[in-house]
Order: sequence, then structure tokens, then C-alpha cells
Amino acid sequence: MLSDAAIRTENLGKQYRLGEFDPRKTFRESLRHWVAAPVRRVFSPGKAASARRPRPSGSKNETIWALRDVSLEVARGEVLGIIGRNGAGKTTLLKILAKITRPTTGRAELCGRLGSLLEVGTGFHPELTGRENVFFNGAILGMTRAEIRRKFDEIVAFSGVEKFLDTPIKRYSSGMSVRLAFSVAAHLEPEILVVDEVLAVGDAEFQKRCLGKMEHVARGGRTVLFVSHNMAAQQELCSRVIWLEDGSIRTDGPAQGVVMEYLSTVSKNQELRVWEDVEEAPGSDVARLCRACVRLQDGVAGDAITIRTPFVLEFDVLNLKADAHLHLSVVLMNSRREIVFAALSCSEPGWEDRRFPGGLCRYTCHVPGDLLNEGLHHVRLVVAKDKEKSADFPDILCFEVFDDPQTRGGWSGIWPGAVRPRLHWTAEFLSRSTPPLS
Amino acid sequence: MRGTPPTVPPEAVNVGRDLGALPVETIESKGGWQPVNFAELWRYRELLFFFAWRDIKVRYKQTELGAAWAILQPLATTGVFVLLFQMLMGSGKEPTTPGVPYALSTFCGTVVWQLFADGVSRSGESLLGGTHLITKVYFPRVFLPLSSILTCLVDFAVAFAALLVMMVCFGRAPAWTIVAFPLFALFAAAAALSIGLWLSALSAMYRDFRYVQPFVIRIGMFVSPVVYATAGISDALPPWAMFLYGLNPMAGAIEGARWALFGESALPGLVLIPSALATALLLVGGMFFFRRMEQTIADVI
Repeated sequence: MLSDAAIRTENLGKQYRLGEFDPRKTFRESLRHWVAAPVRRVFSPGKAASARRPRPSGSKNETIWALRDVSLEVARGEVLGIIGRNGAGKTTLLKILAKITRPTTGRAELCGRLGSLLEVGTGFHPELTGRENVFFNGAILGMTRAEIRRKFDEIVAFSGVEKFLDTPIKRYSSGMSVRLAFSVAAHLEPEILVVDEVLAVGDAEFQKRCLGKMEHVARGGRTVLFVSHNMAAQQELCSRVIWLEDGSIRTDGPAQGVVMEYLSTVSKNQELRVWEDVEEAPGSDVARLCRACVRLQDGVAGDAITIRTPFVLEFDVLNLKADAHLHLSVVLMNSRREIVFAALSCSEPGWEDRRFPGGLCRYTCHVPGDLLNEGLHHVRLVVAKDKEKSADFPDILCFEVFDDPQTRGGWSGIWPGAVRPRLHWTAEFLSRSTPPLS
Repeated sequence: MRGTPPTVPPEAVNVGRDLGALPVETIESKGGWQPVNFAELWRYRELLFFFAWRDIKVRYKQTELGAAWAILQPLATTGVFVLLFQMLMGSGKEPTTPGVPYALSTFCGTVVWQLFADGVSRSGESLLGGTHLITKVYFPRVFLPLSSILTCLVDFAVAFAALLVMMVCFGRAPAWTIVAFPLFALFAAAAALSIGLWLSALSAMYRDFRYVQPFVIRIGMFVSPVVYATAGISDALPPWAMFLYGLNPMAGAIEGARWALFGESALPGLVLIPSALATALLLVGGMFFFRRMEQTIADVI
């Protein structure tokens, strides 16, 4: 571990105003504010100080903390990954460190020159040639003219657009200009580099080369802050990852662990849900749901369900009323929120009047294979007592049904339909003669 | 990385780099009024020229006539006013600088005015035009209006060459005072920058100010001695009124330029001093205002 830090932040926070920015309205407001200020000061000197705060009325509801109390230390030479959902404050943090925007609270100390790469091709102008854009883009990213000259050939070689250097980039394909832009960025050599989700562009082969270049940069002893939704890249490049949530650091630790934790939380799949404490378990005064699970017929939750495999939906329901006519209804929806099917436990032969004793009971719904189409599926569960709805759990489970290539018969496109049953086909010959058609 | 312990000691990685000498930069939430950070501007100086270089390249690629526009515009304006005043007041009675043909006096006025007008309009729009840069990368924001003025100076140089050619055509040699001419060109550029700073910052926050800028240029052309010379009005106005007139920065810049080029009259001090004062005031105020606004611009633009 290096002894001295390249980046140190203390209670960094950023507050934004919400809502549509209406310049005309705010101009009028500001004008009224300025005009009224001396009047206010004369008539209520005590309030003058508070009146100077911008727009005190209702401002509480109009602001949001994009970043709050972020204290962080990044050692020199460390590659720090930043993950989190959209709007978690990742870009805001980078923008503050890159001096694009000012923090509302706190401070940050940077040791060394900082280069920022929040976008590929910042300042690219369609009328300028590739060569000219390399120079301007390099300059705006913080390279000196001498530096760009020195690296020019390398940049061009990396991008692979040598032939079109003197063509205006408005004639480039989007892929070509992205390559050129990334090549410039990849040759930045500041002591600290902040990178925001730039690998999302470009083709796979080029992305791979970019990752390689980034790794090279990281090994060169530079400090890198790297925002990406690409978890594989995060694990590959970063030694340490912070997970931002609602503007604050939720977890900070070794890449592997944080990424795994993040994935398990963010993943849309909800294949198993357990409420250990009955008091906490959701439900009504009639019944509580203690566990819900979707699993392969002979497997556990988490095993991949394919379109061919039969699976079961399990619900552990705590019946609080003895001898109740307590039945479940399951509604299965696909990712487009179309109902694929609805199933009632009381439609099981002989269950129409079945009553259940008080206590915990596991209801299992068996779903055959060769029924569902591939994709994400949501399960809604309704608990009914005496055919009256008692508790409703929309989206209680969510799981992915995977495709099975062997069922496709050579067709590789999107398979339409809410269901994908394996139907039986027959063919019988009615006549063996083929009449000549004109 | 990837679990492999660094076999090279970290110090060795940074060989040739003096670790202790790395600049430490502090980012704080402090806002408010701050002086211009000249050290930073100096550090980024290359970028300023890159901005200007890019603007000029783009403009000359997009227009077929390119540099000719810098001459055509003042030439057309001069032509119109020469015809107009000849018809209205008769040949030889136009409101010209004493001892200088009206066409020459007016062309000189329009060339300098053009520098100001283009400077104000380009620098006034510069922040809005650079939104995509401002929100993605840091650089001293003042480079946007400043580089706009620099590109106008290039056009001005072309127009100035045309002015010299025109003087030759009229059979006049420039006076020795021409050495002071660049000073007055800079005066006009500074006036344009001072107003451009205010307008660009204000229009980034309030779009209302985009409509102020064409208005300033249209009205300004008539309250500045562009198509007439102050010699014509100084007799009609009392000294205090001339002083007020001189508060218009361009009054001093244009009359000063005429003095330097033609050397016919004495240096017009009564106009020049208030103009210089007004420009200095606007410029310093504009710099402070711009600095203050610079801190929040990426959030509001």
C-alpha cells in the first residue's frame, strides 16, 4: 500500500435544485429579489441575513442531494472502481473531482494533475478533419501541444483510421470517430485519471483493446477512478470498489466482494424470499407469508430454469385462523406485463371446499416444462379466505426463463408469443403426384 | 491488480517523477467573489489558442468566401452611408473627420466597429455554444468569450489590410501616429470583451439576455461615431454632454483609431478619457462577475 494519498475527500456533498429550470421565471424572481433586498434590509434588519438565502420558500422540496458526506481516500497508483445505480451520484462525484461543478459541502484534495474522461470525443467538431480533432480533443483533455505531437503517430495507429486522417469527421462512421476519440483519451497521461462509462461505446473488439490500454495505464502507477456498469471490467481492472447509493458510500472494499454484493442486490431476479420473523412477515390478520420460492422441480432456488424444464412455485403460508378456507391464486406475467396464466389452488380436484388447519402450510404449484417463453417473469400472489381477497403480493417473485437452443429448429430470431409450448406435429401424404404448375 | 502482488516497488514505477513536487489542488465549496486566477490562465494558455484556432478553422471551412466577408461587410456599410449622406447633405458636407474623405473616415469607423460588434455577439453566445464542453470537462471558462474575441481580431486584421489599400487608393499616406493604431484596436477588443463577459454569463443563466445583445449592437452603432465623426457633434454639444457621450467605450476607440490613422486632429481627450474609464470599469466588473458565475455555470446552463 502506498503511503500517500492521491485523492482525499472530506464530507463531499452536492445539492441540486429539482424541477424544470425556467430561466424566465427565475430571472423575474431574481430581479424581484434584488430590487426588494434593500427594502427588506431597511424594514427588517434582523431578517436580512435569512432573506439573502436564495429562494427560501418551498426550497426544501425542490432540492436533492446528489452526493452526501462522501469521505474517501485513494492511494497513489490505486485503481478505484465506482458502481451504483443510475442517479446514485457516480458522475456527480467525478464532476466535482474534475472541477466541472463545485461541491455544496466538504472539500477534496488532489495530488497531481487530473485528467477527466466523462465522454468520448468531447469537443469533436464534424467539420474538422481527424487530424485537427485529435489536436483539439487532446488539448481540451489537458495535453500540451508538444505532448500531442509526440504521441500523434501512436494515437493514430491505435485508432486504425490512418487513411481518413484528412477527412472531416462528419464523413466518418460513428464507430470510426469513437475509435479516434478513444485513442486520444487512452494516451492521456495525467497522474490521476477519472473515467466515466466510456466503454459502453464501440465494438467488442475495440472495447477489449481499450480495456487492455486501461490496464496498462493502471499498471503504470497512475491513480484511476473508473465508473462503469460493466462488472467484469470492474473486477478485471480495479483493486478496490466503492458502491454508491443515494449519494453516499454504501460499501467500500475489495473489488470482488463489493461487485458480488452489488450484483446480488441489484439483480432483478427474486427467486427466493424468506421472512424468518413471523412478526415481520407480510400478510393480513388471516395469513402471513413466510417464504416464497421458485425452483426447478428437483433443484433449489437459483438454478437456471429453461423453457423445457418443469419448475415449482412454493409458498409457505402461516394460517392464523383455524379451519379456514384459505386458498392461493398465482398470476404469472412476462416482461411485457402480459398475463401468461392465472392458477387457483382451489381448482385442484377435490380442493373446492378444502379447509386448512391453523399453522404453517407449504403450497406448491407445479408448472410443467415446455410452457413458458424465454425472458423475465413476474409472479403475483393473492391469498383468499372464503373466496375473498385477504392479502395481495404483486411481484412477490421474479425469475428468468432461459432459452433452450435445441428447441429452436434452426430459427434464431426472437420467438414471439407469451407461451412457447412444445406442440406435436404430424404430416400425412394425401397424394404423391405433383401436377405441373404454370 | 487481479490479486498479483506488485513485484515492482511503487517508488520504482514513478521513476523520473519527483513525487514531492506534484501540485496539490484543493477543491472547496467556497463561492462568492474572487479575483481572476491569472496563474491558472497562464497554465492553460495553450488551450486558449486551440479554441481560437478551432473557431477560425471551422468558420473558414463553412464559408465559401472566408476572409472576404471581413471586408465585404464594412465595405457595404460604408457604401450605403456614402450614398445616403451624399444625397441628404450633398457632396463634401458629410459628417466626416476634418480633412479626411467621408468614405475613408466611415470605412475606418466600420472596420473598428465590426471588431466590436462581432466580438460582442460571438463572445456573448460563446458559453451557450460551448455547453457540451462546459458540462464535460474543466478549463477556465473565460477562454470561451476570450477566444471568440481573438478570432474577431483575425477578421479585423484582414479588414485593416483592406483599409490600408483604400487609403492608397485615396492617395493618402498613414500618419506616423499609426504606431498607436493597434492600441486602439485592442481598446475596441477590450470593450467587446467587457460587454461579452457580462452578456455571456448572464445569458447562460437567463436566456433573456440573448435578446439584449443584438439590441446593444444596433443601438450602439448610432450612439458611436461609426458613420459620422465626433467633430460634427462636438460643436453642438456642451463639454459635459460630450463627456457623457464619451462614456460609450466605442466612442473613444473609434475616434482614437481615426486619430492614429489619419493624424489630422488632436488626440480627442474629452471622449477618450471617459471611454477608457468606462471600459476599465466594465472589464474589471465583468471579470469578477464572470468568476462568480463560473462556479455554478455547469449546473445551470
